[in-house]
Amino acid sequence: MIWTKKDLLGLEYLSLEEISLILETAESFKEVSSRDIKKVPALRGKTVVNLFYEPSTRTRVSFEVAAKRLSADVINIASETSSVRKGETLIDTGKNIEALKADILVIRHNYSGAANMLAEHLNISVVNAGDGWHEHPTQALLDIFTLKEKLGRIDGLEVVIVGDISHSRVARSNIWGLNKLGAKVTVCAPKMLIPPGIERMGAKVSHNIDQALENADAVNVLRMQFERDNEEAFPKQLEYFKDFGITRERLKRAKKNILVMHPGPINRGIELSSEVADGSNSVILEQVTNGIAVRMAVLFLTAQANERKNEPRPS
Amino acid sequence: MKLLIRGGRVVDPANNLDEVLDVLIEDDRIAKIAKNIKAEVDKIIDAAGKIVMPGAVDMHTHLREPGREDKETVLSATRAALAGGVTSLLAMPNTSPAMDCVDNVRRLKEIIRNTSAANVFICGAITHARQGKDLTDIAGLKREGVLAISDDGCSVDNEELFLQALKEAQENNLLVISHCEDKKLSNGGVVNLGWTSTRLGLRGISKESEYKRVERDIQLTQSSGAPIHIAHVSCKESVEIIAQAKKKGLKVTAETAPHYFSLTEEAVLNYDTNKKMNPPLRTREDVLALKQALKDGTIDAIASDHAPHTENEKEIEFERAEFGVIGLETELAVSISELISPGLLDWSGLVRKISLNPARILGLGKGTLSIGTDADLAVIDPDKEWVVEKNGLVSKSKNSAFLVRRLKGVVEYTICNGKIGYPF
Repeated sequence: MIWTKKDLLGLEYLSLEEISLILETAESFKEVSSRDIKKVPALRGKTVVNLFYEPSTRTRVSFEVAAKRLSADVINIASETSSVRKGETLIDTGKNIEALKADILVIRHNYSGAANMLAEHLNISVVNAGDGWHEHPTQALLDIFTLKEKLGRIDGLEVVIVGDISHSRVARSNIWGLNKLGAKVTVCAPKMLIPPGIERMGAKVSHNIDQALENADAVNVLRMQFERDNEEAFPKQLEYFKDFGITRERLKRAKKNILVMHPGPINRGIELSSEVADGSNSVILEQVTNGIAVRMAVLFLTAQANERKNEPRPS
Repeated sequence: MKLLIRGGRVVDPANNLDEVLDVLIEDDRIAKIAKNIKAEVDKIIDAAGKIVMPGAVDMHTHLREPGREDKETVLSATRAALAGGVTSLLAMPNTSPAMDCVDNVRRLKEIIRNTSAANVFICGAITHARQGKDLTDIAGLKREGVLAISDDGCSVDNEELFLQALKEAQENNLLVISHCEDKKLSNGGVVNLGWTSTRLGLRGISKESEYKRVERDIQLTQSSGAPIHIAHVSCKESVEIIAQAKKKGLKVTAETAPHYFSLTEEAVLNYDTNKKMNPPLRTREDVLALKQALKDGTIDAIASDHAPHTENEKEIEFERAEFGVIGLETELAVSISELISPGLLDWSGLVRKISLNPARILGLGKGTLSIGTDADLAVIDPDKEWVVEKNGLVSKSKNSAFLVRRLKGVVEYTICNGKIGYPF
């Protein structure tokens, strides 16, 4: 199969085959990071722009490392230092970056749909690095990559996502992706953090973490942002940890080899205990390593698709 | 000018008329309706195979003038109206400044007198600057000729104040039009709360935010005895509440807009800001309930909620984009496509919803072809299809929810006050 999409906007828009192709490509790129000279020339001469409207270290650095290991030139723009402050529209900012002859625009934005909008208006590749509460496709891809690497398959796995599902782009991307690959997904949270209609995306809903963990092969623990507390109905921190926090006690009752994942940055003692974060079930740091391979694959495939698109058609 | 519209199917439910007849227009009025009229006229319109109906009366439009002439003006909106078979419209008061005092209404009347291409009536504001704090000079607004009052875009949250407004409106024989939304419940939402808000990761607007306010306003109507008109009904629950109120004999009327009975929340799909309006597009269940309500009479009128916005205000992030879509040029065709073609309404039924009922609700002697009334008519090719395109739109703004949609029913002529207003 050949990758044909110039953009990566979300896992909702990808087929099983497309997701599998990213995972396979990532597998072959993973080895690059363990070489003495961690570089391949796959994107030499290409320019990747990281346009970040939200504070982010981990995703931004991961994209930067991925691009550099593919030999691309990387430019980072944070919203505080750009003309956004001068009132430029997102589309205009995107068109300016295109006019600089960048090849790939990696965008992180606080508004849902920002990446979709840019992709519609630009000819260069747009890679969504997280938009509002909508999608964070590379995070879900690296979660799935890690699951597959550890457990050998995705089909038939039971995966629990616990935390603030309502405001989570990581949850949404994981639900779409895992479903397409045949996993069973349960989302677990207090009622107020479960968005309506989530079942239609292919997730079972639970409000009891112990029950949800019973047959789970993996649990993906979302970061709890208690700073949202003043914004709307939100659980109290201590209560949340008592009812939904992932602790050693809870894991004792789950499958012995259950994987504990977290998109980071982790809040020790808030959504999971330190023992669990550092324990043998945790694959949190491996996720970070795998993130590089997955993002290398995404940058490589989207750039290649765009190059093919621009080639003159053979007559 | 003498005008003869020959051989069209004349649909005039006010006079129980639906047959092939000629219509003679003389001195800007309907002079005669009969078979084979022989008269010396200045122009003959051959209407064979066409529908001849009273021009649509759109009781919910935003003209944007004064204040936002970059979006729309009285002239551009009334030209768009004529292109859509609309001959009369009610201008909502959320202009800048708002229609909240006699002076502002006088100034708008002056603009209308000088520039309008169709009949424009004015809706005054209920409270100053539509802020829900203190009532306007309702009697003064009435004397200046407003037909109704509304804080459209906002609901008057203060119950006592709204009750007072209902009473004063009744004393002055004015209709109160209510935008039913409890903003504490809609809570900054941008799409329907449910599948679409969840899937797109957007803040949702619950149906409760609408129907709870419909419920409250109808209760206040019941306690005051004053009539109320519910604007842009979007959901099944509101329909049910209105149906019960009507059963009780309360003086409640209601309108919905074409996008609410033809599109569901799924149309927002790829963050299409031309599908962003308030209230939001709802579910299939709601669409079916609205269609049924139009059929059984729970909903009296179809109104466009024509809300022009510039591309700068729409081609941005979904959450930042303005609410609202234009509709004057598509409301008839969408209604024909969605209501007549599937057999939900017959032509008389549609003319009631879009011409006669709104005129009656507003106390206008329009929406009919009675002999001696103002000659406001539309001649429609009922079967001809067209595709809505940006470039073809007359309105200054192009934010239509129906762009690239194929619709049935083409306006061939619009006659406003006895003159051919469209084609221009």
